[in-house]
Amino acid sequence: MNLDPVIPFFLLGILARLVKSDLRLPEALYEALSVYLLLALGLKGGVELAKHPAAGLLPQVLAVIALGLVLPLLAFAGLRRMVGLDRPNAAAIAAHYGSVSVVTFAAGVAWLETRGIAFEAYLALFLAILEVPGIVVGVLLARGLRVGAGFGPMLREVLTGKSVLLLLGGLAIGALLGPAGLKSTAPLFVDLFKGALCLFMLELGLVTGRQLSQLRRSGPRLVVFAVLTPLLFGFAGAALGNLLGLSVGGAALLGTLAASASYIAAPAAMRVAVPEANPGISLPIVLGVTFPFNVFIGLEVYHAYAVHLAR
Amino acid sequence: MEPHWHARKLLTIIAEAALERALVAEVGHAGALGYTIAEVRGAGQAGERAGDWEGERSIEFRVVCDEATAGVIADRVMGRYARDYSLVLYLSDVQVRRAERFT
Repeated sequence: MNLDPVIPFFLLGILARLVKSDLRLPEALYEALSVYLLLALGLKGGVELAKHPAAGLLPQVLAVIALGLVLPLLAFAGLRRMVGLDRPNAAAIAAHYGSVSVVTFAAGVAWLETRGIAFEAYLALFLAILEVPGIVVGVLLARGLRVGAGFGPMLREVLTGKSVLLLLGGLAIGALLGPAGLKSTAPLFVDLFKGALCLFMLELGLVTGRQLSQLRRSGPRLVVFAVLTPLLFGFAGAALGNLLGLSVGGAALLGTLAASASYIAAPAAMRVAVPEANPGISLPIVLGVTFPFNVFIGLEVYHAYAVHLAR
Repeated sequence: MEPHWHARKLLTIIAEAALERALVAEVGHAGALGYTIAEVRGAGQAGERAGDWEGERSIEFRVVCDEATAGVIADRVMGRYARDYSLVLYLSDVQVRRAERFT
């Protein structure tokens, strides 16, 4: 098996936190890296998107939105019935697991590329789309239909947030310019992608290492939830990808998307829209368990399942 | 004190960055004319907020205004947000130039 370069960088970050190193990536670098990753993923997807007729994509888009609505409902049911959480916390965590993680997706892209496995790069569109429904469902689950005045501004913030904006913007620019137009930017947006991802994973290792030390607050049931949910959702995503006629790599990547849990957009939105939910129990499992689980084990498993489905 | 200094209050609120928009709205509601925001990190009763990624930032929110306005802002912020968010509020005496800018 090939070792992905992102893995040792991620481990280094975790180690740095465990030994209480003073290592800290400057905030500005972290910001710049996330802008870079979003644009790189968007541009790459946009070039490919331009080759597909919009009408042909519509069923896939609708199916992916449906997936984004169903997953948080499943997570909510599991959190209420099996973990026994109260409604606001269950709804907030369901939003995290219904929404998606850009870096998990990027790690999936790097994983497939390292192994020379083809995939549909336009899945970056689904990454942008899937960010939103989980959060909306989470707020509805917490508030019922009396969502109150905060719902509009919250939704606006998610839709105009940097991840949706840069992914959709990158997709549009990529589609507009095409492969020839983007050739001059390839040294930045294509060649440096994996190196930039490694730096980002170093930073995430630091964050994960810190959340690992907080895991006690979440309790054993939530930790189990944080492992089982990505597995289950990953299989569901890969199965849907297979059903939609995606390649093995594409189905594995849709599985990765479904399995991933948001740790930027969802926590920010939930903090505003469901203030009584405690981020002290959700962040440790999202960042301390689900994210590393997906990176270390999930990517491999979802791909194996996609291969199995394609037989 | 020289005559062209005027007494005002400085209200400082240290809060989760998620509250930024809400605090700006409260300032506008109370009629204060301006505010200053800085990103900060630290620790308190609710644990450490290291601010090492964007989900965990804290802000220091400062308003210079008269005492009544500071009271309105503080009461509303405490009433609405103290239950669910980590908050620190304190009030100090300051002297300003151009008093008309700080009501």
